[in-house]
Amino acid sequence: MLDRDDTDALIEQVSVAIRDKSPLKIGGGNTKAFYGLETSGTVLSTRQHCGIVSYEPNELVLTARAGTPLAEVEKALADNGQMLPFEPPSFGVDATLGGTIACNLSGPRRPYAGSARDFLLGTTIVNGRGERLRFGGEVMKNVAGYDVSRLMAGSFGTLGVILEASLKVLPRPAKTTTVVLLYAPTKAIEQLNKWAGQPLPISATCYGGDSVYVRLEGAATAVDKSRRLLGGEEIDGNEFWRKLREQEHDFFDSKTPLWRIAVAPATPPLALQGKSLIEWNGAQRWLLSDAEPSEVRNVVSAAGGHAILFKNGNRAGDVFQPLASGVNEIHRRLKLALDPHGIFNPGRMYRDL
Amino acid sequence: MVATESTVTSQTHGIISRAILAAKMREFLAPESVIADEESLRPYECDALSAYRQLPLITVLPSSIEQVQRVLQICYELKVPVVARGAGTGLSGGALPHEHGVLLSLAKLNRILSIDPLNRTATVQPGVRNLAISQAASHLGLYYAPDPSSQVACTIGGNVAENSGGVHCLKYGLTVHNILKLQVITIEGEKLTLGGDALDSPGFDLLALMTGSEGMLAVVVEVTVRLLPKPERAQVVLGAFDDIGKAGAAVGAIIAAGIIPGGLEMMDKLSIQAAEDFVHAGYPTDAAAILLCEVDGTNEEVSEHIAVVRERMLHCGAYEVRTAKDDAERANLWKGRKAAFPAVGRLAPDYYCMDGTIPRRCLPEVLDRIGELSAQYGLRVANVFHAGDGNLHPLILFDANQPGELQRAEEFGGQILELCVKVGGTITGEHGVGMEKINQMCSQFSSAELTQFHAIKSAFDEHGLLNPGKAVPTLHRCAEFGAMHVKANQLPFPELERF
Repeated sequence: MLDRDDTDALIEQVSVAIRDKSPLKIGGGNTKAFYGLETSGTVLSTRQHCGIVSYEPNELVLTARAGTPLAEVEKALADNGQMLPFEPPSFGVDATLGGTIACNLSGPRRPYAGSARDFLLGTTIVNGRGERLRFGGEVMKNVAGYDVSRLMAGSFGTLGVILEASLKVLPRPAKTTTVVLLYAPTKAIEQLNKWAGQPLPISATCYGGDSVYVRLEGAATAVDKSRRLLGGEEIDGNEFWRKLREQEHDFFDSKTPLWRIAVAPATPPLALQGKSLIEWNGAQRWLLSDAEPSEVRNVVSAAGGHAILFKNGNRAGDVFQPLASGVNEIHRRLKLALDPHGIFNPGRMYRDL
Repeated sequence: MVATESTVTSQTHGIISRAILAAKMREFLAPESVIADEESLRPYECDALSAYRQLPLITVLPSSIEQVQRVLQICYELKVPVVARGAGTGLSGGALPHEHGVLLSLAKLNRILSIDPLNRTATVQPGVRNLAISQAASHLGLYYAPDPSSQVACTIGGNVAENSGGVHCLKYGLTVHNILKLQVITIEGEKLTLGGDALDSPGFDLLALMTGSEGMLAVVVEVTVRLLPKPERAQVVLGAFDDIGKAGAAVGAIIAAGIIPGGLEMMDKLSIQAAEDFVHAGYPTDAAAILLCEVDGTNEEVSEHIAVVRERMLHCGAYEVRTAKDDAERANLWKGRKAAFPAVGRLAPDYYCMDGTIPRRCLPEVLDRIGELSAQYGLRVANVFHAGDGNLHPLILFDANQPGELQRAEEFGGQILELCVKVGGTITGEHGVGMEKINQMCSQFSSAELTQFHAIKSAFDEHGLLNPGKAVPTLHRCAEFGAMHVKANQLPFPELERF
């Protein structure tokens, strides 16, 4: 476990890039390189900027440098009976905390606990003027200044280099179990959302291959009672949910374009060709499909959602759903406000950002 | 004590006569929706921080999104400042009018547009009261979780502007965690949709950036909130302690046991006595501190957790632990806490409510220091504390009719906020910066950070017309403020010229 503060070197590299007007390609463990548009630029690696800076289990707050391996963070938390509630996928052993935040990746618990951005309390960043800035903090409630920290989450490094992140953490549930029930697609989505509206200790759901998987978590007596209420077959779900989070189930073993479709959870099954797997009560739907990107986007837009070409397919086309013109203009101006010289991951999210 | 600082941006504001501006607005607004006479403007001169007062040039009350767009288009063309206002319950002067500006009240946009039971969302206009959302969803077994103490009056639009919390936010989060989609109008009058019906949306997280931006970036005209299933059961445990440090230790011990209480509140001796005298909640008035711990969830979970909470409180030295037997007793125990502000208000002609957040472990140190400052300034202080999330509300008692007391109270408050920053906390947990804490922003943020905030503001509002002078101080203001508060002989903002 390394504990190394590489801030000065990172700021120096940013300053040189500003001076030379030369783009940087920010990376940590390079486990998410498949995600987003293909870009070029001089590699700025956060790997050497690593280590847990502070962790106070009773305060429910952990602060770590961007290059800290995600696994190291999770180990430290597990040793204290705690966890990252958003259950992030790592997509490889080298995944770092910084990359996880930059991509705003969340796992099965997301609809119940919240996303990576929801647990982000503060960040330290280097902006496009080469300045080290700190936003938010290490406390649960903080409304001083604009929420630049959450703006960094999911911005794919296009607004600045994340140096440190402070996260709210939570206790691990006392008991976990998973039940499997058989359902047809339309009925499954409806039932999952009915359950979500009831005070049940559900922490994750998945629907694939005619089976609904429901994870129950919480106090032992509460889990036992709900398990009896839901019925179905009980399985040891730990491996199931891990493989789902890491996209290691057979479903994901494909070279076909993988779309991530985000819609209101109760949206009925969409009329799109291909194989699908549903998470988050229907709010996150994976689709393996050779359909034209425009067709996927049109169907998803009509349902009020958005589609991301998550993996495979044409990485030089539109990966993320194009933005409405007014929102796009705000994006352009915000990019200029944080990265006036356009040096951070240009084109990683959208070609003009 | 009127705060009408001219700002850097004010140079770009046009000065227009009240009559001309009112006439322009009356071209499309009903006559009663344009207020331009001093007597009728009076109710709009302040929000709940009444020490700061300023009459606006005019007040407008549009009743449709299109009307809001036209108001903003006119203000943009004429370079007239705009201050948006909900119910005016804010505690930081965020809705303090601008003397040359329009006060834009969203009070008439007060309809609940739709409730979607299966997707568990409600879409409402900004002037809908916080509590009204939960009431409207109640028959479906759903509710809107953030519950600021002002929830009977405060509106959701104001909640978004301030990122409001409440007593349940350690477990259920703030406004930012409980909204999905916003319709906002930019200063140019353009309607933007931020967020969406899904759990996330493409692009930057503008929904998060807008939340808590204090009316500085755009005007919220529609909000889609998440609704949660009402917990099966909620139960409260009261623990009484003869030492505030023991109460603090009990908070840590409950969380260390793996329990995230729905609410976890602490009150000190003066608050306990004031609340007891006021509402007779049955609090032990000899206690140095009490903890109110609410556990919610399924029936079984609550039973398990209540037993643990009781045991931990006793282990940490509680001399009395009482579990509410029924909903009536639970409501009564909460009544004292919820009435704490007005109860303390009975102890003195005026009180000044602070809103710092600190790492919980620093509580004993911070309370000791507040006690010292109290003696130094000769002003009593009662402490109410959202103990679970570290949000401290010291209430400074004073009498504004005594010469110099308001200034002393403000200075005392400023010292408390700077203390919060020093121990690693923040100057505002939930009330916002507004006009009130604008100077303390200079303590919490560097000039580069403040400059970055201004750049973000300009991305939305390049002429600085939306709520000018609030939330983010100019560097010159910080330089002036810094000249008065030199810390450890280090001049803040040394790179700036002095004048």
